Amino acid sequence: MLGTFACLTTLTLLGFGTEVGVTSTPWWALGLALLAAMIFCGLLNVLAERIAYRPLRRAPRLAPLISAIGVSFIFVNIGLFWQGPTPRRFPDLLPQYDFISQLFGLHTLVRFTFKDLFVLALAIPLMLALAWVIRNTRMGKAMRAVAQDTEMSLQMGIDVNRVISFTFLLGGLLAGAASLMYGLYNNNTVFTLGFDAGLKAFTAAVLGGIGNVSGAALGGFVLGLLSALTVTYFGGQWENVGVFSLLVIILVFKPTGLLGQALGDRA
Amino acid sequence: MPLLQVEGVHTYYGNIEALKGITLSVEKGEIVTLIGSNGAGKTTTLRTIAGVLRPRQGTIRMGDADLTKTPANQIVRLGIAHSPEGRRIFARMSVKENLELGAYTRSDTDLSEDYERVYTLFPRIKERLKQRAGTLSGGEQQMLAIGRALMARPTLLLLDEPSMGLAPVLVELVFRTIQEINALGMTVLLVEQNAHMALSIANRGYVLQTGTIVLTDTAKALAQNEMVRKAYLGED
Repeated sequence: MLGTFACLTTLTLLGFGTEVGVTSTPWWALGLALLAAMIFCGLLNVLAERIAYRPLRRAPRLAPLISAIGVSFIFVNIGLFWQGPTPRRFPDLLPQYDFISQLFGLHTLVRFTFKDLFVLALAIPLMLALAWVIRNTRMGKAMRAVAQDTEMSLQMGIDVNRVISFTFLLGGLLAGAASLMYGLYNNNTVFTLGFDAGLKAFTAAVLGGIGNVSGAALGGFVLGLLSALTVTYFGGQWENVGVFSLLVIILVFKPTGLLGQALGDRA
Repeated sequence: MPLLQVEGVHTYYGNIEALKGITLSVEKGEIVTLIGSNGAGKTTTLRTIAGVLRPRQGTIRMGDADLTKTPANQIVRLGIAHSPEGRRIFARMSVKENLELGAYTRSDTDLSEDYERVYTLFPRIKERLKQRAGTLSGGEQQMLAIGRALMARPTLLLLDEPSMGLAPVLVELVFRTIQEINALGMTVLLVEQNAHMALSIANRGYVLQTGTIVLTDTAKALAQNEMVRKAYLGED
């Protein structure tokens, strides 16, 4: 939500707060908005970690969860103050183009628009880049080590706080990119947007297996498919019922997720 | 001046005093062993030196540095590497990545010599570099834990129960390897339940009982000591 507001504010400042009078897609402005939202969300995440999670590093598991809810309330209220209580229109700046009807001349109910392509073209490279960072870089290896065994990571000489900060930065950068995608795709935003998105992101992560990046991507894909099918066959008001029933089912029957592993792997 | 000087260290778990004033020293080039029964404080002593636990009282000196005032992640930079009880390898990462993490603090780029050293000591590790560390056998995991510690090129190696849970032939191998590592110029502080083996390779030893050092001598003398023989070597 704050990411979409950052995009919206950036676009407004650049004179693209609405698509009215805009004839062709201002790619440079979208690029700047993307950059602004990524940096904004990244730094915000780092700040939240420093204030709300780091002091609780040694506290029981429940404590950071509670402070996370507190942080989300603060964010929601910042959003309320920033853009007001009513839904805001997000400019529709991408080309209106449907590949299936306009390129292939097929007139069906199925559509694959430029918007769909845009989301894929941005999300897939970002996912690959994330996977590469985690797999191959020194920081990525440190991240995995800290996730598995914080105490031994310290013994290896890893600055655990720095690694966790970096992880939050990465998460924020990606959330910023996601917010531009959401805004351009749905053309609206509202201060409570993040609540649903957060629950869905959590469901996707649980579905794929917590701590597994490709699992989270797969989980997001399955979740999206399920929510689209629920909306189509049962109606929009059933979407969250479908999504969260899935969450409950996963937690009850396969808490490790689709690609997750049992945590007791310390031989 | 000894390489490591532990002086009057008291370590607590909550309100339980696990170490009641431990004083010990390790000279450069030695193998020193801490023996004692379960719960005597051997592992606690190593964990306090490694910075996992903080003493409430006392000092631990390594050269000019006071380890009790050094952040836990800086201690390895002072030349102390820890191969902990239960191995604690990164099970979901590859064997190679475990070794890389061992060298995390090394700023010199050429680590090939260090890898070679680990491969020479543990040829089995070299065969399994790409494998997930969690799939290794217990003995291989122990070798990896020691190899990972060696990758930091430490001056002092802290080894906690390297023989735990290993078949007798592997125990032999591990102790032979400790001697080889020592011969390469590394100082070793060894914690062992297997007092017999530990005393057979060590220069000196300390006997711990409920958080205090009750006896210290050369390893040879300890192995002859009647109390030690009765309590820790299983003789009567």
